[in-house]
Amino acid sequence: MFAPVSTPAGSIFGLSIFVLVTVTAIFVAVFALLAYTVVRFRKRRDADNSEPVQIYGSTQVELAWTVIPVLIVVALFLAAARVIAEVQDLTRPPGALEVVVTGHQYWWEYRYPQLNIVTANELHVPVSDATHPGATFLTLLSADTDHSFWVPRLAGKTDLIPNHPNQMWIDPHETGVFLGQCAQYCGTQHAKMLLRVYVQSREEFERWVRDQQQTPKSDATSRGQRVFESTACVNCHTISGTAAKGRFGPDLTHLMSRDTIAAGAAKNTPEQLRLWIRNPDAIKPGSKMPAMGLNDEDVAAVAAYLETLR
Amino acid sequence: MSTLAISYPERGADWRLPSRGRVGMYCLIAAEAAIFTIFVVAYLFYVGKSIDGPLPKDVLHAPIFYTVCLLSSSLTVHLAVRRAKSGEMGAFARWWLATMLLGGTFLFGTAREWAHLILDEGLTVSTNLFGTTYYSLVGLHAFHVTVGLLALLAVTAFYFAGDLRPEHAERVEILAMYWHFVDAVWVVVFTVVYVIGV
Amino acid sequence: MMAGNTVALSDITPVRPLTVRLHEWVTTVDHKRLGILYILFGLVFLALGGIEATIMRLQLIRAHNDLVSPQVFNRMFTMHGTTMIFFVAMPLVFGFANYLVPLMIGARDMAFPRLNAFSFWMTALGGLFLYFSFLGGDGLYGAGSAPDVGWFAYAPLTAKTFSVGHSTDYWILALLSSGIGSIGTAINLIATIVSMRCPGMTLGKMPLLVWLNLVMASLVILAVSPLTAAQIMLLIDRYLGAHFFDTQAGGSAVIWMHFFWIFGHPEVYVLVLPAFAFASEIIPVFSRKAIFGYSVMVLASIAIGFIGMSVWAHHMFTVGMSAGANTFFVLSTMAIAVPTGIKIFNWLATMWGGRILFATPMMFCVAFLFQFLIAGLTGVTLAVAPLDWQLGNSYYVVAHFHYVIVGGILFCIFAAFYYWLPKASGRMYNEALGKLHFWLFFIGFHLTFDFMHVPGILGMPRRIYTYEPGRGWDIWNLIVTIGVAFQAAGILVFAVNLIWTCWRGKLAGNDPWDAWTLEWLTSSPPPAYNYAVIPEVRSRRPLWDLKHPEDPDWRYE
Repeated sequence: MFAPVSTPAGSIFGLSIFVLVTVTAIFVAVFALLAYTVVRFRKRRDADNSEPVQIYGSTQVELAWTVIPVLIVVALFLAAARVIAEVQDLTRPPGALEVVVTGHQYWWEYRYPQLNIVTANELHVPVSDATHPGATFLTLLSADTDHSFWVPRLAGKTDLIPNHPNQMWIDPHETGVFLGQCAQYCGTQHAKMLLRVYVQSREEFERWVRDQQQTPKSDATSRGQRVFESTACVNCHTISGTAAKGRFGPDLTHLMSRDTIAAGAAKNTPEQLRLWIRNPDAIKPGSKMPAMGLNDEDVAAVAAYLETLR
Repeated sequence: MSTLAISYPERGADWRLPSRGRVGMYCLIAAEAAIFTIFVVAYLFYVGKSIDGPLPKDVLHAPIFYTVCLLSSSLTVHLAVRRAKSGEMGAFARWWLATMLLGGTFLFGTAREWAHLILDEGLTVSTNLFGTTYYSLVGLHAFHVTVGLLALLAVTAFYFAGDLRPEHAERVEILAMYWHFVDAVWVVVFTVVYVIGV
Repeated sequence: MMAGNTVALSDITPVRPLTVRLHEWVTTVDHKRLGILYILFGLVFLALGGIEATIMRLQLIRAHNDLVSPQVFNRMFTMHGTTMIFFVAMPLVFGFANYLVPLMIGARDMAFPRLNAFSFWMTALGGLFLYFSFLGGDGLYGAGSAPDVGWFAYAPLTAKTFSVGHSTDYWILALLSSGIGSIGTAINLIATIVSMRCPGMTLGKMPLLVWLNLVMASLVILAVSPLTAAQIMLLIDRYLGAHFFDTQAGGSAVIWMHFFWIFGHPEVYVLVLPAFAFASEIIPVFSRKAIFGYSVMVLASIAIGFIGMSVWAHHMFTVGMSAGANTFFVLSTMAIAVPTGIKIFNWLATMWGGRILFATPMMFCVAFLFQFLIAGLTGVTLAVAPLDWQLGNSYYVVAHFHYVIVGGILFCIFAAFYYWLPKASGRMYNEALGKLHFWLFFIGFHLTFDFMHVPGILGMPRRIYTYEPGRGWDIWNLIVTIGVAFQAAGILVFAVNLIWTCWRGKLAGNDPWDAWTLEWLTSSPPPAYNYAVIPEVRSRRPLWDLKHPEDPDWRYE
């Protein structure tokens, strides 16, 4: 949160410096008083057992240390209120990119309604710079339990709650990959519901969009595709152009365009892909993907088929 | 060596504090009121939000007669307590029994209403949000009426065993406070369920 | 064992059979014995909760560790939180309240002794329910398992669809049972304090401990009841097919959060106000000065109670409430910092100009002041909603609330143990062991909870059984785990000291600390009836008046 690249994170960062300085000053002052008191007024070894002067209170002193904290509280409150309004009450400009994020146990679904794209787990957004300023607006939904979208360098976290749609926005002005993860306990594999946000230049983003909008060629004779379509894979997964239209699990149409699988729990390599298909619990125990009980040849065939989905 | 007493001779006789039974009952009422408040909040929050199923305006009929019974029982229990305080135990018993009769009638009315809703209208606690919040709130109240009736019954048993005497009037009064609370809750529940929520 | 011409009662009383003595304890309605039962119960569950924490910290000592499975880890953090709040902190707080309040107001027992016993046993039953889940949680045919929904059990994770088996039901039953016990104790405390003070003890002359327990009990009545209501709703959802929190049927997950936190936030004040009570009694005695600003302390406590009921949604800043709602809760949460800060200043002012003796109780109280200051300030940072959007639900929050509960509340509880153990047992504890306990625990506490703020700031969420290497979190998690060893050692020394005291401690006498409140008037331990003659008081420090007849407090109050 101390290296923001997007306006919401930046506003929070600015506010946090003000708050940090204030509370540090308070700490130093009170700690100094405590330390002084503890040293100066300790019972000396040679002291007699008489009692010190008994002081019961002082109205002026009480007033002083009521009024000053109240002023500090008011200052902090006003600063907070300003940033809350800045972040939450932003009106969406026309033409802003819209992504509908749906949280699942334990993966992220991304739909770009304006672009007709469906993908999972790796969010691609265009950078917002001088030539193309523009924010990406995320609508946050959930298909099951509560989740929370948290990529600290981009924005504060906002929860995904079923039957309670939320909104947030980011406008990253640097390209790169930004990491985060689910921040609301959602079940067994909450820990491996990771986030990767790819902020790309306009050209790269548009290239990615075009690739995602293609439908891969379907070859019903390929062994891998046949195994995929005849096994329960199709109950959970969608691959455009095939009979697989499941919505419970991530859309696999462009699986090979992703760096990771299992919501970031494993790299998207041939070995990891085969391991995931054969035995998901080896990578993410408690995830909702069952081991399909395929024999080795079928696993290899399905993996080879999936590796054609760019 | 056990204790060293400090005493200031001027004090003692004029040191009066509220009775602990009374304070205890107020606290119990506060706790119960907090529980009911949450159920009322849930009821109001979910008004109009049921996705389908029977709606309040279609199936609810305000139980005016039974409400009058229950609210009158506050009057009868108050009169019973006054008789107990003045030592007229026979009159106390009559008003006390009248209270129980009125309370029992109210419960009978609730049972009738529920039988109609379940059997004729097909509304249960799992039908929709209205069913969930209605049966929970009205049921919670009916449960408290039942507990109250059982307590009143215990006092009746003591009376008939000859153990209830005028010096117990304050304890009876404290129990009556609980009964008044149950009636007051019904005023709120009635308003929320049959007036606001319809 | 003789000390001068004083004889311990235990030395001249014939020993009765163990079964008779145990039966007396099990059937007791004496507030002192029930207090001790609550405290022993709390200590046992402290050990269990500590084991759960240790398992978690060992699992998190490095990235991608596989000491325990995610299923086990998720049960650990759920059980740790639930145990520590409901079966350690609450029983300890109620135990001390039970023991001390009647003594301090010059009464012979609580207002309703049988309700008192009932309340304790309901709490104990709750603990039994919770831990039985390890055996029975998966239902008749499955292997046992404890709840794994987190101590605040957000909907719809607790719905039957997402929480199969009975683990969540044991969680519900445990909290319903102990909740009834808590409300019973609260009713008892209020009735006792209002109706049973000794002659002369007006509300303005009660010890601050009694005031703070009065406010605490009021909060229990107003706050635990909503939790009870929510638990009943959840039970109806899970068993009768209701839809209170069923998002598929139009129900709301957010309303569970509101109901839970309307309980959850005042709950932390229920725990901290008695800690303030201990500090308010101990700091004056060891500074040899009356508490500074008694009336202001009372008003601040009441203010904290009131304001504490209005801040709950600061646990929900990320849920998507409107800007207006978020702003309101920022203001109310900040507001509570004012009376809390006032209290810290008043304690400092009490010490100022005094003659401070650093016996073990005072050392724990001074550490409390230092740590509670920090805890309050990290709380202020979280009260700023936009900062909470980054820091919420991360290890920064975990560090903050452990700073309050361990660094604040537990340190005061230790102070209270050392201060009142001589009264309850009749014997002095070992001062060297006490100081050793303090330093071990102080070092361990700071190793763990100071450094725990860092991974939170670096983006580490809470409730994760493992984390990725390369996020920069590894070294901090290692240091945090190392601190556990020191804390465990400290607790061990504490346990040894407790046992040593009962066996070998020097006889304490009525008033080993030269203190000023009524409990030091009677013997150590007090007789079953507390006071042979009910005392009458004329000021807030009746024993000061006795010891200083030429300069009594009532001339200045």
